Amino acid sequence: MMISAATTTEGGASLPLDGEVDARHGPILYMEDVSVSFDGFRALNHLSLYIDDGELRCLIGPNGAGKTTLMDVITGKTKPDSGSVFFGQTIDLLELDEPAIAQAGICRKFQKPSVFDALTVFENLELALKTDKRTWPTLFHKLNSEQRDRIHDVLQTIALPAQQRQLAGALSHGQKQWLEIGMLLMQDPKVMLVDEPIAGMTHQEVERTAELLLSLQGRHSIVVVEHDMEFVRSIARKVTVLHEGSVLTEGTMDEVQNDTRVIQVYLGG
Amino acid sequence: MNLQNLTQDKTYASVLIALASVTLLIPLCNLIFPEDSALHFSAYSVSLIGKYLTFALLGLSLDMVWGYAGILVLGQGAFFALGGYAMGMYLMRQIGTRGVYGNAELPDFMVFLNWTELPWYWNGFENFGFAMLMVFLAPGLLAFVFGWLAFRSRVTGVYLSIITQALTYALLLAFFRNEMGFGGNNGLTDFKDILGFNIQSEAVRSILLLMTGLSLIGALLLCRWIVNSKLGRVVTAVRDQESRVRFLGYRVELFKLWVFVFAAMLAGLAGALYVPQVGIINPSEFSPLNSLEIVIWVAVGGRGTLYGAIIGAVLVNYAKTVLTGLMPDAWLFCLGGAFILVTLLMPDGIVGLLRRRSKPKPTLNATGGQPA
Repeated sequence: MMISAATTTEGGASLPLDGEVDARHGPILYMEDVSVSFDGFRALNHLSLYIDDGELRCLIGPNGAGKTTLMDVITGKTKPDSGSVFFGQTIDLLELDEPAIAQAGICRKFQKPSVFDALTVFENLELALKTDKRTWPTLFHKLNSEQRDRIHDVLQTIALPAQQRQLAGALSHGQKQWLEIGMLLMQDPKVMLVDEPIAGMTHQEVERTAELLLSLQGRHSIVVVEHDMEFVRSIARKVTVLHEGSVLTEGTMDEVQNDTRVIQVYLGG
Repeated sequence: MNLQNLTQDKTYASVLIALASVTLLIPLCNLIFPEDSALHFSAYSVSLIGKYLTFALLGLSLDMVWGYAGILVLGQGAFFALGGYAMGMYLMRQIGTRGVYGNAELPDFMVFLNWTELPWYWNGFENFGFAMLMVFLAPGLLAFVFGWLAFRSRVTGVYLSIITQALTYALLLAFFRNEMGFGGNNGLTDFKDILGFNIQSEAVRSILLLMTGLSLIGALLLCRWIVNSKLGRVVTAVRDQESRVRFLGYRVELFKLWVFVFAAMLAGLAGALYVPQVGIINPSEFSPLNSLEIVIWVAVGGRGTLYGAIIGAVLVNYAKTVLTGLMPDAWLFCLGGAFILVTLLMPDGIVGLLRRRSKPKPTLNATGGQPA
């Protein structure tokens, strides 16, 4: 919906337009001092996290460290008790709801693959397509050739062109994961939040997923939550370790793996 | 998928053809054949068939909102009744001085209540165009306000169903009250004319049947167009994974509201076509039981198919006519039994049964399968 416009400051020439994300200062996503509790349980505890524009970041941490809650906060599903979450310099995500955040360019792949089983692969991608998402324009929406091409491109990227007319419910688990990644691509997001992308995938599929995510960095900022350390090692430059709702440490995979606190958390947890 | 589409299209086409022939042949027969001919339909059967078709339209409206949007509305009858009342008010104003009290302005029940002037909300209903507008607006507006509040607060599932049931019950109680100005428990009846023609005459009955049939066909085509549009796919997606759709950037509550209001207007149209054919509208149309029956029609026919709702509505109501004639006390047990049986044995209703018969045994590879 309405994204608060970039405020006018001095200069003006290179200012982002209305609704554009101002990432000129580096980070595209700012979370500062965010706390969330559910019935006394602190899911996020004064967490601060910055994601740079175009970066591929991996989030790891034991169960209950707050990884999924963190994604819930960014995408508007959960409102934090305190703290601030900004998209670029100007967009306060706490003022927006889920559809508005999605339209602003933050998209999410869920832990459990969430595709629409009753629709075909093609239709799943069509629904995700970045376009006018109000009711009446949706009723009269017809794909133009450019949008069709876009869908076919994504079908190629996620290696499902042969399945485009199949119901998504008939796909294998790994294919559903890919389809959901494809749905993210259709939205042409600035930030992709990817929760456990390789669960249920074969070894080859895992490799292809790694390649895909690596090829997307730069154009999109990607945050990956994953338990598979092998996989994280293969894609991550920078890893953030969450523990008990806050950032334990950040660094390269090697740094993180040799950090005594991390070892303690993983072995002790 | 393709095979399924084909059989679906075939059944869909046969339903359309059946509807078109009923709609056209019966009035035509009555025009051509004399009254003593075997091919002449009595006024009673013409009205009865017309009534079934209005129920089919009502069932269709519920299938849009329940079968596609997944919103189990247990108060769809309220919108039907509101449409019916709008039409009834027009028909009451047409009576003019021919009422028992001969009052040109006031319907009989108002004279009886010693009212001296028409309540403000009766103004305009002497105009057919205005009344027809209200047929859509009254249910549409109620659905809009109700749906806006309910969907925005993310009331879903069984809670929403119960509130819709409460809504129709509240309207039932309200319309029973004489002070409401809708004729209390007697409702509106004793109609004389519609657009200046005698409402009892055979020709008008045939034309009403024709109008009902055409409305039903038009509504079926429109509904099919909607469910095959992108909006239809969004709505199906909402039915299956509501929160996921939100993260794609769609305002789920507005899509639900859109379908809910559309279905309410369709139900209102059904009510407006029903009233002149049965000659009465009273508060019992708001009864929660009526709304539950609509759900059974759709379940029996097969939800989420559009034409299944039509088949279900006609069959169940035909059974009702026959059974209430034979053993009036047993009808509700039959209805309840049918619902249980359908739920247990035919989760996809009659249409599901037809499809299963015309489709080769589904295997996993027929729909799924790995890429070669």
